[in-house]
Amino acid sequence: MNAVLLQVDGLMKRYGGLVATDGVSFTVRAGEIHALIGPNGAGKTTLIQQLSGALAPDAGAITFDGADITPLSMHERVHRGLARSYQITSIFTRLSVLDNVALALQARSGGSLRFWRAARAEVQRYEQAAAVLARVGLGARLAQNAGALSHGEQRQLEVGIALATGARLLLLDEPMAGMGPDESERMVSLLQGLRGELTLLLVEHDMDAVFRLADTISVLVAGRIIASRSPAAIRADAEVRRAYLGDEFEEPV
Amino acid sequence: MTGILFLEQALNGLQFGLMLFLLAAGLTLVFGIMDMINLAHGSLYMVGAYLVAAATTASGSFWIGLVAGVVGAALFGVLLELTVLRRLYTRDHLSQVLGTFAILLMCNEAVRFIWGSQPVLLSPPDSLSGPVELLPGFHYPAYRLLIIGVGLVVALGLWGLITRTRIGMQLRAGASNREMALAMGVPVRALFTALFGLGAALCAVAGGLLGPLLAVQVGMGESILILAFVVIVIGGIGSVRGALLGALLVGVVDTAGRTLIPLLFGAVLGPEAADNAGPAVASILIYVLMAAVLFFKPRGLFPAHG
Amino acid sequence: MAEPVQTPAGARSLLDHALGWRWALPLFVFLLALPLITPLIGGDFYLGLAARILIFALAATSLNLILGFGGLVSFGHAAFVGVGAYTAGVLLQEGVHSAWILWPAAMVVTALFAAVIGAICLRTRGVYFIMITLAFAQMLYYLAISTKAYGGDDGLSLAARGTLGGGLELANERTFYWTTLALVTLALLLVWRLLNARFGHALQAMRENETRMEAVGFAVYGHRLMAFVIAGALAGLAGALLASLGGFVSPSMMQWSQSGLLMVMVILGGVGHLWGGVIGAVVFLLLEEVLSHYTIYWQFVLGAALLAVVLVAPNGLMSLFRRRGTP
Repeated sequence: MNAVLLQVDGLMKRYGGLVATDGVSFTVRAGEIHALIGPNGAGKTTLIQQLSGALAPDAGAITFDGADITPLSMHERVHRGLARSYQITSIFTRLSVLDNVALALQARSGGSLRFWRAARAEVQRYEQAAAVLARVGLGARLAQNAGALSHGEQRQLEVGIALATGARLLLLDEPMAGMGPDESERMVSLLQGLRGELTLLLVEHDMDAVFRLADTISVLVAGRIIASRSPAAIRADAEVRRAYLGDEFEEPV
Repeated sequence: MTGILFLEQALNGLQFGLMLFLLAAGLTLVFGIMDMINLAHGSLYMVGAYLVAAATTASGSFWIGLVAGVVGAALFGVLLELTVLRRLYTRDHLSQVLGTFAILLMCNEAVRFIWGSQPVLLSPPDSLSGPVELLPGFHYPAYRLLIIGVGLVVALGLWGLITRTRIGMQLRAGASNREMALAMGVPVRALFTALFGLGAALCAVAGGLLGPLLAVQVGMGESILILAFVVIVIGGIGSVRGALLGALLVGVVDTAGRTLIPLLFGAVLGPEAADNAGPAVASILIYVLMAAVLFFKPRGLFPAHG
Repeated sequence: MAEPVQTPAGARSLLDHALGWRWALPLFVFLLALPLITPLIGGDFYLGLAARILIFALAATSLNLILGFGGLVSFGHAAFVGVGAYTAGVLLQEGVHSAWILWPAAMVVTALFAAVIGAICLRTRGVYFIMITLAFAQMLYYLAISTKAYGGDDGLSLAARGTLGGGLELANERTFYWTTLALVTLALLLVWRLLNARFGHALQAMRENETRMEAVGFAVYGHRLMAFVIAGALAGLAGALLASLGGFVSPSMMQWSQSGLLMVMVILGGVGHLWGGVIGAVVFLLLEEVLSHYTIYWQFVLGAALLAVVLVAPNGLMSLFRRRGTP
């Protein structure tokens, strides 16, 4: 059994009378692909925001690689090795695809309090960016403005930027959002290719992809984790079936 | 004695606050609905004041002058909207800043060209030039009472318009979600022209009424414009209710502060502090107020956007 | 000094800012030679005007740094110019005449003010940021008015301009002009390098997508605060030069309308263009100078011209000359 990379204990988040996160606890092991599923409104995005540092929980703790990261800001967590991608694509639409990734690389190598030397002179960084982009399938699109990419390509870029941060654990918020079958297939291959090298925690609605990719599936319903087991066990779990009411949770083909 | 002083300051603050509201209401709706920064709003106030002054001089009657001036200003506002301002709606804020700043310059010079650089005299109606005894021993200028009265009536009328009429409903819808309002078929273009006309009219009422108290001169719009912006930030952009509360707060704090702070400083810290620091502190008081409000309610008291 | 290297992929983008040697160098030579030309056309007056334009070009460029490149709409920038002016003015009044002390002191003091004000303002966003920066500027304005010891409302007349030492007196128009030209040129070069360096890339990317920058590991707040301080320091230098030029410091330098004026210059010239502040200052002040000779209502014509620019050149004058990368 691999070591525990991310440990979430009793996370709570309230908005007035609404409890968005109700004592969430689960573990993610190093090297695995861990999927987080749940019906709409279960609180998946709120949970991701707390894990990434965008939102502070009211109670509970998040431990990453043995250290308590709960008080850390988003950018501090990135430097520890925890980064996220966004469900609603959040890229630099007016910059080139290459620059999108090169910027992520800039964050992790040395400071940005450099005022004189031209950033463009850092050939190695741009080569590294090109390599990351080739990996996510955008090798032919380097010079294009990110805004000109197709939706699926933008989602690939979204993952590419997260990858470039050098994080050991990637929080992927619905990487396949809005994708057609071909694009989804490409994304699944991409993610499978990352297995072992990185740890992935992904929130997804595409059950087909989830069951193909995940080593462990955690089910979030009304702000609580009701099960966190292997895909086979989850499929057989009566409580999970009940919670989903057959909605998105169908027998995969 | 101090009781009367406080009462007087409270009434002065109420009076100024109500006039600020007239300016802020139009500004907050424009900013809230069409997301447009309008630096020329103060110019509408200035043009309104000048038109009222001119009409009063021409007709010999303050009342006729006020009505004529307000109508004239409304027409001017509509004209401005139709020719220039509507081209700025779709532009970014900075372009709007540049464009409306340009209009501000042009209005200032046009007014100077027509009426000269010297302040223009606007006298209150003779019937109201004296004081009224509100309480035994407490006299308050009748004219200022008129301002309060007119201010309250207009505020009430505006409230009725916003909350009780179809147009008001459309305006509120536009303020809280513009795209949705457009999708629902709200006739935004026509509504907006009307809104500008109304805003200009309100500015003119304020300008005309305040004219006898403050000077009617070129550049009078700039100083009050900044107060109006503070008001709408405090009140919440897009909210008329917020504009009213914000305006009253700012009006009272600013007016009372100018009198009371130097007095307070004089009593506690001595006359030198009263002379030097007093006025400065009084002037920055509303900015401190704004910062305090934003600290607790970052989007203002009654943010219109959900 | 080589131009910034093109990206390996060959695309020029928003992040690349060329100095434009081809026309910048001739321009610099012309400006350098100006004091030799002006005796032929009317003398010191034009030198003073040129110095004034250069100073405002510096102030506008410093605002462009945070406004255009940082995406931070500060409506209180004139206050930094004022703080720099007052620092130099007060020191001159107290007998400090060496420019080597006056100008660095002005920059340091203004940088400190910018650090404190920025630390508070940068916690806000959008229109609230605009209003808070405005509020602080107004506070400084009223503070200046209330300081009776240094002129209060009327301002402070300065007896001297300061001295550079080694026999170089700033009271000499030529010396002052060349000094100003040297400083402004240096500042512009610094800004050019900065924009193309990691700092500038990060700053502009934060303007493009602040959330994502935070999410890839940039400390956005700290970075922007640094930019705010640098912009403030440059504005302070402009203020100190302005004080020496006019021999006068006054609270009106800090009025919000002055901040508006600086913004207008930046928007006019081109927000987010390296030369935007310079072009805007040059065009605005030259227009002001020329028009005021023809009519006392020159502000009307100026307003009309600005309006025309807004409607015709949506991204400022620079956008008419420069083409951006792939759309």
